[in-house]
Amino acid sequence: MLTIDGLSCRLGGFAISGVSFSVAAGDYFVLLGESGAGKTVILELITGLITPEAGRILWDGTDLTQQPIQRRNLGLVYQDHALFPHLTVRQNIGYALPRSEGGCIAELAERVGAQALLDRRPATLSLGEAQRVALARTLARRPRVLLLDEPLASLDVQARTGIRSLLRRLHKQGQTLIHVTHDYEEAVALASRVAVLEQGRIVQIGTPDEIFHRPRSRFVSEFVGIRNFFRGQIVREPGQAELVTAAGVRFALAGEAASGTGCIVFESLAVTVHTSRPDGSARNVFAGTIRDIEPVPQGVELAIDVGETVFALITRTSLEQMGLACGARVWVSFKSTAVRFIPDGDTP
Amino acid sequence: MRKLSSFDLGLALCGGLVLLFVIAPLAGMVLHTSPAALRETVADGEVLRSIRLTLLASVAGTAAFAIIAVPFAWVLARRQFWGKGLLLGIIDLPVVIPHSTAGIALLCVLSRDSMVGRVAERLGFSFIGHPVGIAIAMAFVSLPFLIGAAREGFGAVPVRLEKTALTLGASPLRVFFTVSLPLARRSILSGLVMMFARGLSEFGAVIIVAYHPMVAPILIYERFTAFGLATARGAAVVFLAVSLVVFVALRLLAGRGRHVDD
Repeated sequence: MLTIDGLSCRLGGFAISGVSFSVAAGDYFVLLGESGAGKTVILELITGLITPEAGRILWDGTDLTQQPIQRRNLGLVYQDHALFPHLTVRQNIGYALPRSEGGCIAELAERVGAQALLDRRPATLSLGEAQRVALARTLARRPRVLLLDEPLASLDVQARTGIRSLLRRLHKQGQTLIHVTHDYEEAVALASRVAVLEQGRIVQIGTPDEIFHRPRSRFVSEFVGIRNFFRGQIVREPGQAELVTAAGVRFALAGEAASGTGCIVFESLAVTVHTSRPDGSARNVFAGTIRDIEPVPQGVELAIDVGETVFALITRTSLEQMGLACGARVWVSFKSTAVRFIPDGDTP
Repeated sequence: MRKLSSFDLGLALCGGLVLLFVIAPLAGMVLHTSPAALRETVADGEVLRSIRLTLLASVAGTAAFAIIAVPFAWVLARRQFWGKGLLLGIIDLPVVIPHSTAGIALLCVLSRDSMVGRVAERLGFSFIGHPVGIAIAMAFVSLPFLIGAAREGFGAVPVRLEKTALTLGASPLRVFFTVSLPLARRSILSGLVMMFARGLSEFGAVIIVAYHPMVAPILIYERFTAFGLATARGAAVVFLAVSLVVFVALRLLAGRGRHVDD
């Protein structure tokens, strides 16, 4: 268990104040924050590259705060990968290995899908390939925790899917990870726990479900943006695909490309609320009960139980005209084209 | 082809004049030296011994001081500390003071009257009039070139690479030798070449610390004052040729590192 206790530091006009959280062995911890919120600084504080002004870093109760960087065994992968440009991929991956363990290089490369790259120079790699090599190099030391700085941010869609599935596989193999990002999709797709960072301060920590469905502050709710996200299994139907959640609710997706397991997300703005069963072309039509009505800057947000909780954003005027209140039976509809699928990327 | 504007022609003229300014005196000197005089100089043992001494003293001075100057350049590139600006100014001092002044200053430290000189004497050795004294004088005036180039080279190595190496379990010493040094190599090599070349040509500081044994610039000066221009020219042309060959060869060697880095 990695415990971060009251970590604080000031750098120029910018401050990290009293950051505390703990990451249990085997957790996939996502630190979600805007750019400039201090995410990279927190990783550098944990690894010891920056000395904190206050606070402690503990591993299973042992204080690492005063330990030199090279003895902490916390692996850090920067967003720009920081591969050594003067070394081949093989030498990069082998950097942390003692000479006697040189044989592990091929094994590590295979683990991240970089076996074909071993004799290349970093300058010739694509961003996705460089990310794989950087991961293999860091994993070579069997780090207690793998710290990732925006690992998917600079990648194109295809590389992103590949790396995402690789990260999920590492997590399944028992690797503890801390992943910082500004992108809620990554938290939805990967995290077992999420912390939201606002101006150098953690404002909420919880499971993705808690963070996205029960944001504790306006900042969290606005920052995480999307309230409707559901995990499930894709089922192909003639002419379309559907995601079936654990509760058995079936959401229709546009197109047939999706397969396997994954998440769907859609904006609460895309959800229309009706007092009777709607006609029209929307593929997703559900009957449900209003559980909660919450005023937000753009209007009101309704939490509607249709087997899963679907959030809809409507104006105050609509709310009054329809005479909606908690406990009311309503219909919700949204187009399948409004639904975005984030595949887990695992081979079925 | 695009027509040349008067501006382009003006620029070409400027370039031509600068080149002429550098090449004309050298070419004039070479062309004024007869093959017979050159043959005579090449056969002259004193000239060859002096050139060899000059090359060896400069190599030795460069190599010895590189061992301490290169790690120090890393510190200057990476660490921020109080008084750093002043320190950088002090390091560049040998470049801006007259070299005879540098020689006098060194003499004060190395002569038999000084503490260093007395210690050396007790060990049966004197810096004055000794190749070691020559190497020290050469290094004193040329060290800023190496430190400046190495500092710039280290400064251009992304800090993240060094940080990453530390998180991979490498000690700071290993990071220096496996990451910082190889990546700054091009600048360091170029600094070594500059320091060596500058040492090779040093006259003012060396003549005060060691008139004898004579390095090539002093030999040329001595021949000029004793025998006149014609005699000095032979030695000057031979030294020019040797310096050019060595300098170009080293530049090429240093330049070859480029392809590996890119």
